[in-house]
Amino acid sequence: MIALIVVLVIVALAVIYLIAAYNGLIRRRNQIENAWSQIDVQLKRRLDLIPNLVETVKGYAAHEQATLERVIQARNAAIAAPDTPHAQAEADNQLTGALKSIFALGEAYPDLKANQNFLQLQEELTATEGRVAYARQFYNDSVLGYNNKLEQFPTMLFAKAMNFQRREYFEADEAARTAPTVQF
Amino acid sequence: MFELIRSNKRRSAALIAGFVVLAVLIGLAAGYVSGFGPAGMIVAFVIAAVMAFVSYWKSDKIALAVSRAHRADPQQYRRLYNLVEGLCIAGGLPQPAVYIIDDPAPNAFATGRNPNHAAIAVTTGLLEKLNRVELEGVIAHELSHIKNYDILVSTLAVTLVGAVALITDMAIRTMWWNGGRVRRQGDRGGGHPLFAVIGLVLLIVAPLIARAMQAAVSRKRESLADVSACQLTRYPPGLISALEKLKADTTVTHSASTATAHLWIEQPMSGVGDRGKFGSLHRMFNTHPPLDERIALLKEL
Repeated sequence: MIALIVVLVIVALAVIYLIAAYNGLIRRRNQIENAWSQIDVQLKRRLDLIPNLVETVKGYAAHEQATLERVIQARNAAIAAPDTPHAQAEADNQLTGALKSIFALGEAYPDLKANQNFLQLQEELTATEGRVAYARQFYNDSVLGYNNKLEQFPTMLFAKAMNFQRREYFEADEAARTAPTVQF
Repeated sequence: MFELIRSNKRRSAALIAGFVVLAVLIGLAAGYVSGFGPAGMIVAFVIAAVMAFVSYWKSDKIALAVSRAHRADPQQYRRLYNLVEGLCIAGGLPQPAVYIIDDPAPNAFATGRNPNHAAIAVTTGLLEKLNRVELEGVIAHELSHIKNYDILVSTLAVTLVGAVALITDMAIRTMWWNGGRVRRQGDRGGGHPLFAVIGLVLLIVAPLIARAMQAAVSRKRESLADVSACQLTRYPPGLISALEKLKADTTVTHSASTATAHLWIEQPMSGVGDRGKFGSLHRMFNTHPPLDERIALLKEL
């Protein structure tokens, strides 16, 4: 009689544990999906800020057509780039380089530098670069948490059976590792 | 860094567990000495718990009102909002309310019962004196407090301190009324007077011990917040530089009080009496680890 109760209790505990572990993995996997789309949200935000920046600069530094053209082209390229990590990283690099050139213009044109709009846009773009970086960081942290949970004992025993796979980190592409250049 | 965080969390859990055990022991001892028994201890815990948890539930409103903070205008404090938003993305936290305190001393605090009802406040002095990466480090520290549920932890600690204070107070009063005799049901000859004296001394000292333990828990959580902040920013030099600037700045934060002292990033009533003959006694009750120690810890990351 006692033995039966003990067995039942053990089975109940095991079932509760299984449910909790499964839910934990689901939660973490969904967090990874969320984190991935966050990155895209921030990247899009950066792209949306650029036309405004170009207009503001045109008002003060109209002769700098070359630099402005570069930025517009880099933006269009970034929007049109195919979804492979390598192409995205290349486009990203081009855009960052072009943006740096525009901000460097502020040094040559003191009126531009004093313009509130320009300063605000500079702040917004800097902050957005930060947000993109943080979004990628959060994605990687989410993947770490999920992989840890997945591969630890005893969850790993049944994880494969429930169709949970290990996830990959977001890695800086080779193109992204070379620092973007500022051209005058 | 992850290992540091995990060991810190383990240690603070052990500290709190030890604190609970201590409180229970004091309660039992007080019950024995005063003849109240466990009933008194339970009453004391209930009172202290109710008081502490009401203040925990409303902690964001209370702390902000006491410090005379006002909501930060998003347009005026664009950079501050941007930094908070970036770090919330990094930590997967919802955005807290952002408040400003008009005070030339650089300081900041975080409050709120859980990440969904949180608020952080910074002084105008902080915004003026720190640059972008330093400010980011400080905000990361505050957000880490929210993320690690430190408000809950310190409420637990305060509950235990309050319970201990109530228990010992009740016990001493009862003994006083009894004329110092221990009375229990079926008592034959009364206890040895030495036990009564030892018990009395312990009862007087117990609240102090409890406060010291609360301060120890607070110090542990502060250094956990420092390391968690670096996990958010992945850039220790930012927070290190901010702490060094805070160390060099000696302005006293007027908007703080002893009640809210544990919430701020840097001890508002800085280090009075930390050196000298009773220095170690003072240091036991500090709610924050000394800045030198915090900087040294971060430099090792």
